[in-house]
This record gives sequence, structure tokens and C-alpha cells, in this order.
Amino acid sequence: MAVQSPENKLWWNEPIGRAEMAWITIAFLWGLIMFGAMIYWHIEGEQNLSNEAYRIKPEVFAAKAEDMVAKYTVRDEGDTGIPVVHPPPGSDVYLISRLWEWWPILELEKDQSYRLHLSSMDWQHGFSLQPTNINIQVHPNYDLVLTMTPNETGEFGIVCNEFCGVGHHTMLGKIYVVDK
Amino acid sequence: MAEEAQGAPAGGRPVRVPVMQRLLDNPFLLLFLGVVVPTVFYLIWGIVEVANIPIAQ
Amino acid sequence: MAVETAEGVGALVEEKYRTCPETGLRVYAQAETLIKANAVVAIVFLAVGGFFGLLVALTRWPAVHILPAEWFYLVLTAHGAAVLLFWIIFFEIAILYFASAVLLNCRLATPRFAWLAFALMVLGALVATVAVLQGESSVMFTSYVPMKAAPHFYLGLILFAVGALIGCFVFFGTLVIAKEEATYEGSIPLVTFGALTAAIIAIFTIASGAIILIPTFLWSIGYISEIDSLTYKLVWWGMGHSSQQINVSAHVAVWYLIAALVLGAKPLSEKVSRTAFLLYILFLQLACAHHMLAEPGISAEWKVFNTSYAMYLAVLGSMIHGMSIPGAIESAQRRHGFNRGMFEWLRKAPWGNPAFAGMFLSLIMFGFLGGISGVVLGTEQINLLMHNTLYVPGHFHATVVAGTTLAFMAVTYLVVPLIFRKEIIWKGLAKWQPYLFGIGVAGTSLFMMGAGTLGVSRRHWDMGFTDAPVSFDYPGTAYLMMGLNGVFAVLATIGGLLYVLIVVGSVFFGKPRTAEAIAASPTIPAGAAKVAASYGSEEHPKLPGTLVLVTIFFVSFVLYYFINWKFLSEVWPLS
Ligand code: HEM
Ligand SMILES: [Cu+2]
Ligand SMILES: [Cu+2]
Repeated sequence: MAVQSPENKLWWNEPIGRAEMAWITIAFLWGLIMFGAMIYWHIEGEQNLSNEAYRIKPEVFAAKAEDMVAKYTVRDEGDTGIPVVHPPPGSDVYLISRLWEWWPILELEKDQSYRLHLSSMDWQHGFSLQPTNINIQVHPNYDLVLTMTPNETGEFGIVCNEFCGVGHHTMLGKIYVVDK
Repeated sequence: MAEEAQGAPAGGRPVRVPVMQRLLDNPFLLLFLGVVVPTVFYLIWGIVEVANIPIAQ
Repeated sequence: MAVETAEGVGALVEEKYRTCPETGLRVYAQAETLIKANAVVAIVFLAVGGFFGLLVALTRWPAVHILPAEWFYLVLTAHGAAVLLFWIIFFEIAILYFASAVLLNCRLATPRFAWLAFALMVLGALVATVAVLQGESSVMFTSYVPMKAAPHFYLGLILFAVGALIGCFVFFGTLVIAKEEATYEGSIPLVTFGALTAAIIAIFTIASGAIILIPTFLWSIGYISEIDSLTYKLVWWGMGHSSQQINVSAHVAVWYLIAALVLGAKPLSEKVSRTAFLLYILFLQLACAHHMLAEPGISAEWKVFNTSYAMYLAVLGSMIHGMSIPGAIESAQRRHGFNRGMFEWLRKAPWGNPAFAGMFLSLIMFGFLGGISGVVLGTEQINLLMHNTLYVPGHFHATVVAGTTLAFMAVTYLVVPLIFRKEIIWKGLAKWQPYLFGIGVAGTSLFMMGAGTLGVSRRHWDMGFTDAPVSFDYPGTAYLMMGLNGVFAVLATIGGLLYVLIVVGSVFFGKPRTAEAIAASPTIPAGAAKVAASYGSEEHPKLPGTLVLVTIFFVSFVLYYFINWKFLSEVWPLS
């Protein structure tokens, strides 16, 4: 038994039972299928996380975001003082994460693509787009660039889902998706 | 590889232990493999990936 | 009891041993005391950490919401450290000493170093726990930079890790001594081989921890100006995830151990089971990449290769154990005469023996809940749906709590009579303990996974966002799930508390295992001992019941896997 040394000293030479061999083969093939599925999705699938990223200083990133906000702000969100920005489709869109806000609020058009840039000004944060449920880690000093194409209209929350200190649960942002 | 004899059967003549069994019976060789594989594929390759992230204009 | 003199390196050392009346194994006094010490400290941390877990779950139950925010994050940090690091690793060191010294009939290498390891681990664990409780280190046990904890938080973890590393060396040293002194013949037993797998993974784990925690400590006291957050995460998970792989290897070894001792089950094939462990040694640790799938700037090639353990070869290892362990049990039970139909062997298994019940529940829940969810979560693109949501703690409570913790609880019911040589107290309640704990944990895992599927964030004090400038509402079902999570957490806590009380009570107040007591209620049933008299691989028995079980498993796995691709295909296109 398993708590004693094998009785047959040459246990490697023992044949493997049919049922076991069948299970091993199935499990192995299933592994190949799952491996292939990820590769297939890179070719045919529409949801892949881009690996385009740059090192960037927080000030530089903030300046780019402020630039965008200055150009494309359409209104303020209620009396919160947070600008709502409507950037042109296809453009570079900068979303700042910092203790404890996502800035600014974005208004995007349905079925248009945007180059969304994510970076943090301080600690790590978690970009969690809800209820769509897309979750991406945001680091300071790195600019992650992904092309995003909203395919439904409505109001979406951006929850921070990486612990970022005692105000973490108040860090909530927003994206509006509107028809053209 | 050196001939290693183990477990003489009834006949008394030592038999050659299969290579795979010798590998599995050698804790330090296993330790070596178990440290090298993740170090190379996960850590070193991963650090190279991170180091290669370009600086933004 | 007998006294024997064994030759140490250089000097002559006197080593006392006794012969176990139940297994016939030689148990050396030093090894035995060290096993006891490590196990006891482990259980203390489980008790403390489990209590923190309850507080966390009650806070996340929206209707109860028991702790204020600062306390919640503090307690959550303490929970992660106390259970994931301290409970599990102390217990694993005990398993390493057991699987080497006891199973190999050998004295433990350098007991002094083993005590040093123990002292460092206790000291480190206390220092880190105090740091967290002081409130300046509520950084979660992952302590992602640039968020900074107090320096002694990192220092405590480093001391603990150094201690654990010494413990691993003692294990390897014991293997060497056992071989030199020929205390066993041929190959080491399979359970020891599983422990070896755990020890190997532990060494990579601790090395990664050292590489990252030492600079982070220096950074916290101002000697280093910056730690790159992405590199930190990469290397930290070299420790954080690999330590979960230590758990998997250790609890699989424990499954084999319990099946052998309670039922006399032999592995279907030594070759297959050991090859499965070899796949762990080679590939399991690559899965540290599970934590890097949603990070910026890392290529898809790296992600796909590592997250899949090099084409799922380590998953293959787990699926092999997933068949060979129930298969070994089925075949042992059939030899005991439970041959009727497909499942008499399972129905008539010793469900009233907490060692067996805990082991089998652990096997099933680890496979069905933890294993399947883990592979899905670790699929590169599907991870986008779940990264940092409650799905993640849901998944790992199925692996490390329902799997590892329950398996370790189960084996304690053998360790107490065999190593502590005490009767288990409250035998009637002990019967129920694995079920209470198991069902409780299965519930929390499932409901956290459910809430995570609905997008609810992990490590989050307020899913209602009352103090946020804008508003967002999770669906009502998510609130319901968090309530149910709380209810099942209470159940799990009762099961956990019962375990702690039974074990501590038995160790300190249990009746000694006299010869009469052993004869009246043997830990190793007579039938099992008889079967075990001839050991080795099983000769290809028919295993219809096991085949049905693995088929059900496989079908669930495939369905759930593709359902998640379907979910993914519906979210906003990203590239
Ligand atoms: C009574 C038993 C337990 C209960 C009720 C419980 C409950 C919970 C809950 C509700 C969370 C929080 C999820 C979140 O907000 O992110 C959590 C986190 C966690 N639990 Fe447990 N748990 C228990 C036992 C354990 C055990 C035995 C282990 C390890 C062996 C464990 C490991 C962890 C870890 C590592 C975390 C993550 C901490 C973090 O996010 O930093 N838990 N637990
Ligand atoms: Cu945040
Ligand atoms: Cu946060």
C-alpha cells in the first residue's frame, strides 16, 4: 500500500490497466483541446487582452488625460464636479485611476472602437466594468492600451476591484454608452 | 549512465532498473528539475517580458 | 520501547524510538515531538484564522455587515496570513517529518535544525500577525507594492519562510539518511514520494519569496527607493501560487495515506501515480501565471504556455490522481467483499469514520468545485470575466479549504491516536465534523463563485457603494448569494470549531491509547491490515463505479468550460 515501499522493486515495468490508460488518454487529449482553445480564441475570438503597454510616469499620463478632458468634455456629472467626456470614435481615451476615483467619466458610442489607456497615479487598482464583467489590473507607471468596442448602450459602473486602501469601496466610476 | 543494480529476482542476477524509475528514485535530480523548469519558463521568461515593455513617447 | 544507537554525521548520537503497535513502524522520539509541535501550532493558527474568516464573511453579508471598513481590511489581511500561510505550512512541515522519518522507519536528520526551523517559523508568524493587528499593515497577505506595510510585517514573513526552508532541508536530509542506513528497501513509499513533490515545490516557492520579500523589506525601511509593481507581482506569485501547489501535492499524498491506512487501498499502479507526481514537479508551478493574466504588457505566448502548465500536463496529473485514488478505494472495498452492483463499495464505505469521510469529501470537492473552477479561471481569456472578483476566493476556498484543510483535518483523526497516542474524545460529534465543515465550505465556495460570476469584487467592504460619488447596483441575486455565503460560513465555522475542540481536547484530555484500547477500537481496521500485508500495485481490477464517477466529472468539466467561453463571447469586444 501507499505507505510502504512498492513490493515489486521494478514497478516501472508493470503494465498499465486498460481503464486507466483510457482515462489518461482522454485527459491528455482534453488538455490539448483546452490549450488549442486559447490559441483559437486569439485568432477567431473577439475578446483578447491586448499586450500593448508602455512605461509611463504618472504625471505624463495625467497630462494626456487632462488634455483629452479639456478638448472633449460635454458636461459635468450631476453636482459631483466630475467631467463627462465624449471623445471621437477611434481616438485615444485616457482613464486615470487614483485614490479613490476613476477620472473622468466617459461617454462612448455603441459599436465604435476606442483605444483605452489605463494607468494608476498611485497604488494598483482594478478596472472592473459592470455589469458587463470585464476585469483588468491597473498598475502605476504602466500604460495599458486596449481597443474596446462597446456593443450595448446604457450606463456602466467601473468598480475598483483591487484593494487600494481604506477608501477602496468608494472608488466607483462610470461609462455611458450611447447611440451614434 | 552507470549500471545500477537493484532488487535481484529469484535467479539472483541483478536487473537493470529502467531510466524513468531511476529518475523517480532520485530526489535531488527531481529537485533540480522542479526548480529549473519554473525558474526558466515562469520567472526568467516573465522578467524578460516585463523588462521589454517599451517607454512611452 | 527500545533504545538504539544510530550513527550521526561525525558524532554518535543517541536516538530513542518506539515501535508503533498498530503499524509496526519505528517512530523516533525526536521526530514524533516535532510532528506534535508543528501540528499543534498549525491548529492554533487555524482557530484564530478561522475566527477572522467568520468575521470577514459576516461583514460581507450585507444584512449583517459586522465590521467597520478599517477593521474589515485588517481582519481580511490577518485571515489570509493566518490560515493560508501559517496553518497550512506548519501542518505541512509536520507531514514532511511524518512522511520521511516515520514512513521510512528512520531518525530525523538534524533534529536541532528542525527545532530551529520551528522557532523561526513561530517567531516569524507571531511578528507578522502582530504587525497586522497593529493596524499599519492592512495590505492583504499579497502586499502588492507600492502599498507599504510596516517593515516587521515583511520581516516576519521572511523569518517564517527561512524556517520553512530549513524544515524542507531536514526532510531531504532524512531521505538521505534513510537511504544510507537502508531503513527501507527499493523505492520510497508513494506517500513519501508525494511529500517529496511538496518539498520540491516548497523550495521553489520559498526561493521566489526570498527574491521578492527581501528587497521589499529593504524598500520598507528606505534602503531601496522603488520596487516595480509588475515585477513584484510576477515574483510574488512565484511564491503565492506555488505554495498552493505544495498544498495540492501534500493533500494528494494525504489522500493516498488515508486510503491506505483506513481501507488498505493500494495504488492501482505505482508507475502511473508517481508519473502524475512527476508532472506536478515539472509543470504545476508554471500556473503562478494564473495571477498574471490580466496584467499589462506580458505576451500571450508567455501567458498561454504558463497558465496551461505547458499544455495542461499538470492537470493531467491531477486527473490521474482523481481516478487512481477512488479506483484504489473501489478495488480495496471489492476485495473486502463489497461487490454488489456498481456502488456497493461506496455505499458501504466507512462514512462514520471522520478520517475516511473527510478524505473522500475533500477529494470530491477539490475535484468538482476547486479543480474545474481553477482550470476555467486560469484560461487566459476567460480570466477577464473573473479576475479579482469573488469568483477567485470562491475557487480557492474549494481548493485550499474544502480540499487541503479538510484533508488535513481528516488525517488528524489518524495522527491523534497514532502519534499523540490519545483516544479521540466526543467520537459521536467527530463523526459529523467533516460533513459540517465540508458542507459549510462547499456553500461558501459556491456562493462566492456565484457572486463573482455576477461581477462582485473581492476584498470589498461595501457592495452597495454607499459612499461613492456615483452609483452602481449589483443585481439582487448577488446580495442573496452573499447572504447565503454568510449562512454557510457560520456552518463552516461550527465545523471548524468542533475540529479544534475535538483535537485539542483529545490531545490534552483524551485517554491514552493502551493496548486494550487499541484492541477495542483499532485505528487501522483489522481488514485493512490484512490486505496491507501484501502490498504493491493492484493487478488491473474492474472498476465500474470509478469509471462512472470520472465520467460524471469529465462531462461536468467540459460543459462548464464551454459555458464560460459562451459567457465570454458576449462581453464587449476587446483587442
Ligand atoms: C471558517 C472558515 C472560513 C470562512 C468562513 C472563510 C471566509 C472567507 C471570506 C468571506 C473571504 C473574503 C473574500 C473577500 O472579501 O475577498 C475569505 C478570504 C480568504 N480566505 Fe477564507 N474562510 C475560511 C477559511 C479559510 C481557510 C481555512 C483558508 C486557507 C487555508 C482561507 C483562505 C483565505 C484566503 C487566502 C483569503 C483571501 C484573502 C485576501 O483576499 O487577501 N480561508 N475567506
Ligand atoms: Cu482603487
Ligand atoms: Cu480599490
